[in-house]
Amino acid sequence: MSLSHAMTVRLLLLLGCALVAQPAAARTVIDSAGRVVELPERIETVFAAGPPASILVYVVKPDVLTGWPRALRPEEVPYIAEPFRDLPETGRLTGRGGDANLERVLQIEPDLIIDFGSVRDTYIDLADRVQRQTGIPYLLIDGRFEATPDALRLVGEVLGVPERGEALARDVEELFARVDGILAATLESERPTVYLARGPDGLETGLKGSINTEIIERAGGRNVADPGDGRRGLVRASIEQVMVADPEIIVTWDSHFYQRARLDPLWAGIEAVRTDRLYLAPTVPFGWIDRPPSLNRLMGLRWMAGLLYPEAWGEDLREEARAFYQLYYHVDLADAELDRLLEWSKGRPPE
Amino acid sequence: MEQGETTGVIRRAPGVRVSLVVALGLIVAALSLGALAIGPFALSPAETLVALFGGGEQQAQVVVQNIRLPRVAAALLVGAALAAAGASYQTLFRNPLVSPDILGVSAGAGLGAVIGIFLSLPVAFIQLFAFAGGLAAVVLVTVVASAVRNTDRILALVLTGVVIGALAGAATSLLKVLADPYDQLPAITFWLLGSLASVTTADILPALPAVLIGLVPLVLLRWRINVLSLGDDEARALGVEAGRVRFIVIAAATLITASVTALAGVVGWVGLVIPHIARMIVGPSFARLLPVSAIIGAGYLLVVDTLARTIGAVEIPLGILTAVIGAPFFIWLLASGRRGWA
Repeated sequence: MSLSHAMTVRLLLLLGCALVAQPAAARTVIDSAGRVVELPERIETVFAAGPPASILVYVVKPDVLTGWPRALRPEEVPYIAEPFRDLPETGRLTGRGGDANLERVLQIEPDLIIDFGSVRDTYIDLADRVQRQTGIPYLLIDGRFEATPDALRLVGEVLGVPERGEALARDVEELFARVDGILAATLESERPTVYLARGPDGLETGLKGSINTEIIERAGGRNVADPGDGRRGLVRASIEQVMVADPEIIVTWDSHFYQRARLDPLWAGIEAVRTDRLYLAPTVPFGWIDRPPSLNRLMGLRWMAGLLYPEAWGEDLREEARAFYQLYYHVDLADAELDRLLEWSKGRPPE
Repeated sequence: MEQGETTGVIRRAPGVRVSLVVALGLIVAALSLGALAIGPFALSPAETLVALFGGGEQQAQVVVQNIRLPRVAAALLVGAALAAAGASYQTLFRNPLVSPDILGVSAGAGLGAVIGIFLSLPVAFIQLFAFAGGLAAVVLVTVVASAVRNTDRILALVLTGVVIGALAGAATSLLKVLADPYDQLPAITFWLLGSLASVTTADILPALPAVLIGLVPLVLLRWRINVLSLGDDEARALGVEAGRVRFIVIAAATLITASVTALAGVVGWVGLVIPHIARMIVGPSFARLLPVSAIIGAGYLLVVDTLARTIGAVEIPLGILTAVIGAPFFIWLLASGRRGWA
């Protein structure tokens, strides 16, 4: 009896020592996958696991970002705030291993790894494995577009800037509410039909409900690529299918396709091209429509709402872009840069 | 290969059985007309015919003349070309398991196209890069193989082809890793699976003469190629210089394969399976094998491409369909022991 009692005391003492010896685990956070992650009190550095996460972190608190998944291209540089243009290239940690080296991640010694996107089992498992292997806390944040306000609040909280997270989340909620207001007043059958033309020949597209076309559908466009059986993802279409669907609006970000479609007699017969409603999405510093699927699409939602419902939306794109780039990307765009964006959205990208 | 059997082959009556070729040709022509009438844009057979000859609605004319006609023509061209190249390679290498990409054409063309997509070039340049990549891979293979001092020329060629193909595949994978995952990677994936979804008349025009130029020496040299299937020593005894004929056949078959791969992407299995079917019908003599393979190949790819654009709400990549159809067929061929070679 007394022996076991002594042992219990010693065990408790050991346990107590172990708890005291872990000063870093100052708070716990539950991420979007329901994982309980212990975090240090202050987070100074964050490794973004992929392009969507890098944008999320950059928007909320840029000075914690340790690098970009890929180095910025020259045309993207003016649209990123000065101090963050030269951040090193760190690679992707998403997918099986990705191309970021775990030892490099350890070398960078981030306080936290954030991934923003799918919270399916594969990614949960990947997060757990990396966290176990490196000892660095790994947060998985739901990247669904509708969940954007939650993501902003969570990351704001985690990075110690809850007010900024809250302010951005409110901005997004307000944007969603305005779009919903327009949609509530527009019958489904009156909404314009839209085709997303991807790839150099424009015949790659996202089925209705895909992450690639999410923003178009959110803005109230009816995606013509709808097999009606709930399938999603990128597929190839034939030009004949596009002709039969005869979309009122075509959106692309491929400038080769944009130019080709306007000259090609096959595309010329399609309503969107005939009525000059083929639109080219700007891609700096991040794509407006997709590429990657992250907060950058909030600009695309504003743009699409203006294209689909110009009267009801009634905003000046130039002012919207200026405000968005300032609030989200921390840059005060000069007139020349704003002009370039607007020219681009009218089909004249910089060469 | 058994000596007695092959001499028997050579003694067989020369020339192509004209009636068979005509019959096959008529079947393919009928299939083509049928394919022209099928598609998401609803047109009756009668409307299709009217539109084909420039009558009827404007939209129907565009669909039939500018979309379906180039696509049907491209399917016929690609199928015929791959099957003809496959028949040539199989005869040349005396091996029924050989397909047109044995010397690295597809791997090289794939790499060329992937470079084009990686550099965000327009479609015409992607096709040009694919064509050049296919040719470059085979040139490299023949140069390396002739530099290797190996007594068995054919073995040296095949092994070098495997090596260069693997190297091109590795380079392709590297570019896939480096490519933009949201934009270029899907385009690369789709290209490597093969498709005729975006074929226009302007794409076929450069491929057609290249295929014809490649076919001319194959037709002219058909008897010598046949002799080549006996082996180098026997060919020499019959007065055929194996090295030169082999070089010409490789050059011609490569030109054919590279031009259609640039057009359609990587479409496997056609060049492997179709010559087998042709051999089952007309035997191994190359003079008969070449035209019959080409016609059956044309019809086969036409049917497959028509399925690709009609069975689903979205396009199904050709490479997937040809593999799904080709693989079971090939297993059946192996299991039934009908080699159809000798």
